[in-house]
Amino acid sequence: MTRLSNAFTSPALVCFVTAGDGDTAANLDALVAGGADVIELGMPFTDPMADGPAIQKANLRSLAKGTTTADIFAIAAAFRDRHPDVPLVLMGYANPMVRRGPDWFADSCEAAGVDGVICVDIPPEEDDALGPQLRAKGIAPIRLATPTTDAARLPKVLEGSGGFVYYVSVAGITGLQQAATASIEDAVAKLKAATDLPIAVGFGVRTPEQAEAIAKVADGVVVGSAFIDLVEEHGENAPAALQELTAALANAVHNARKADA
Amino acid sequence: MTKQANSFRNMPDDRGHFGEFGGRYVAETLMPLVLDLEREYRAAQADPAFKAEFDDLLANYVGRPSPLYFAERMTEALGGAQVWFKRDELNHTGAHKINNCIGQILLAIRMGKTRIIAETGAGQHGVATATVCARFGLPCVIYMGATDVARQQPNVFRMKLLGAEVVPVTSGAATLKDAMNEGLRDWVANVHDTFYIIGTAAGPHPYPELVRDFQSVIGKEAREQMLARTGRLPDHLVACIGGGSNALGLFHPFLDDPDVKMLGVEAAGHGLDGDQHAASLTGGSPGVLHGNKTYLLQDEDGQITEGHSISAGLDYPGIGPEHAWLKETGRVEYTSATDKEALDGFQLLCRTEGIIPALEPSHAIAAVTKLAKELPEDQIILMNLCGRGDKDIFTVAEALGVEI
Repeated sequence: MTRLSNAFTSPALVCFVTAGDGDTAANLDALVAGGADVIELGMPFTDPMADGPAIQKANLRSLAKGTTTADIFAIAAAFRDRHPDVPLVLMGYANPMVRRGPDWFADSCEAAGVDGVICVDIPPEEDDALGPQLRAKGIAPIRLATPTTDAARLPKVLEGSGGFVYYVSVAGITGLQQAATASIEDAVAKLKAATDLPIAVGFGVRTPEQAEAIAKVADGVVVGSAFIDLVEEHGENAPAALQELTAALANAVHNARKADA
Repeated sequence: MTKQANSFRNMPDDRGHFGEFGGRYVAETLMPLVLDLEREYRAAQADPAFKAEFDDLLANYVGRPSPLYFAERMTEALGGAQVWFKRDELNHTGAHKINNCIGQILLAIRMGKTRIIAETGAGQHGVATATVCARFGLPCVIYMGATDVARQQPNVFRMKLLGAEVVPVTSGAATLKDAMNEGLRDWVANVHDTFYIIGTAAGPHPYPELVRDFQSVIGKEAREQMLARTGRLPDHLVACIGGGSNALGLFHPFLDDPDVKMLGVEAAGHGLDGDQHAASLTGGSPGVLHGNKTYLLQDEDGQITEGHSISAGLDYPGIGPEHAWLKETGRVEYTSATDKEALDGFQLLCRTEGIIPALEPSHAIAAVTKLAKELPEDQIILMNLCGRGDKDIFTVAEALGVEI
């Protein structure tokens, strides 16, 4: 068992914040204290094409403060020291990841104790750009599946992927609308029939009620923009608010199936 | 279709790669659509009716073929090689952009898409897109950086007259790359009914290929016209490069003519020694942005830096992937011209030939000015005059310190 597979033995809460936005170490500790099962650390990029306004602004706030790739790996390594058992995943865009070459990036992930990498703009067709190097280091290339990923294409998406499958529940950008629960249930069932990897569902999930509904059918729930909004509102003082929201979401996710029992 | 060995005209490969460049670096939501587009483009290429409709619209709506013109007084003024222009500024809407828009909207209609989006920098591609949308009765949303909206007001008004919705984009530096980000965000949220008409030979495969193919009408015509007029091929081709579609359009049909030299001219802004330029090939390095791997302006961490050029149409921190490949192979030479050199070229053409060029090809004029002087009189330089300058007169007036 790996840190990632352990995290999904029961419904898991995956929490996203952007590296370098606010006091990131304190923000991450607050997410863990609140009950986050997996941490997704966003690598800021100047051109976050798949992100909505909340995460776009977080990217720009972080870059305006001068956050570098070295800073992000330092944040990750320090997190690993403080929390040896909590899975940590990097999420971001191809260019900052491959800038110094895929081997450099995979080595850096390994050294920092990163468990997986979600790269928005490296689809399976371009796997060569980073996938082989990550797999060679035992780091999971976590792929995205979307409402436009049809049955014929799904095997290609799953081939070579690891960690978990991130199901993007709406065709769109992060943080805006949420999909209907019925369509999520249907999509997750199709994914589960095609893979043994855990399925985490994200995009547009903001409240404990939404998280609970998803946790009834999926292995994990990803929440991002709702945390980013709190960092924007509270700045360096965000940890208390982050912990409070995480606790409410974690409670909903962890007890979702018990409520039915 | 048989492909000739050792040809420079065989690219891209089956995965949309030009050597190490190009590809399909897009979010999964877009990937199925990009694959659909490729299938539909292959079907269109094999369909004589598609080509017939494209050719008919180019002839009777756009006004092709555009003339091939010997610039006698400019040649005299420079005192060297003969300067010839491919007059794509005479096209309907005033630039080469319309060639590509005609092709892409026909593809959109084939695919059953009912809504068109596009990004624009100088506004020429936005105007061309709004034009074809009006012609075919499709709703049209144009994303344009707020900075460019301010400096290209005449084109903003043109787009609105044509019925397009112009959305000013305020993120980043509020120029072309930010408009492209916003276009991609719209597309990812509206894949079911929306076609994205990309304005240059960049983006995920098959865009670089299909844009090049639609623009290649420029070079095909020029090749025939030059042979008919002079009985030989030109010695040098010159074109400006932002994303690079007008240059590829001119160059591509000549790539396998080994005696024809080619020069692409990027925007050097205030000069390549600082960071106020938009010369991705001469001042950048390879990376991944907007769906393709190509040369980019970026920092050591892969963050994209903002280009600068007096010309809004060249102000983009990337370049089409085929140019990246042509640079690496050495088949095409790339140089750059500063804002000031472009302004000088702009004025030279106005005064010697009675043609007001756009600021984009004014960069190519600057390079032609240098090149012509170095060459004997029997050499022929053919430059793509890819846009007219009506849209730029306010920018030029400001740069020259003139109040209109």
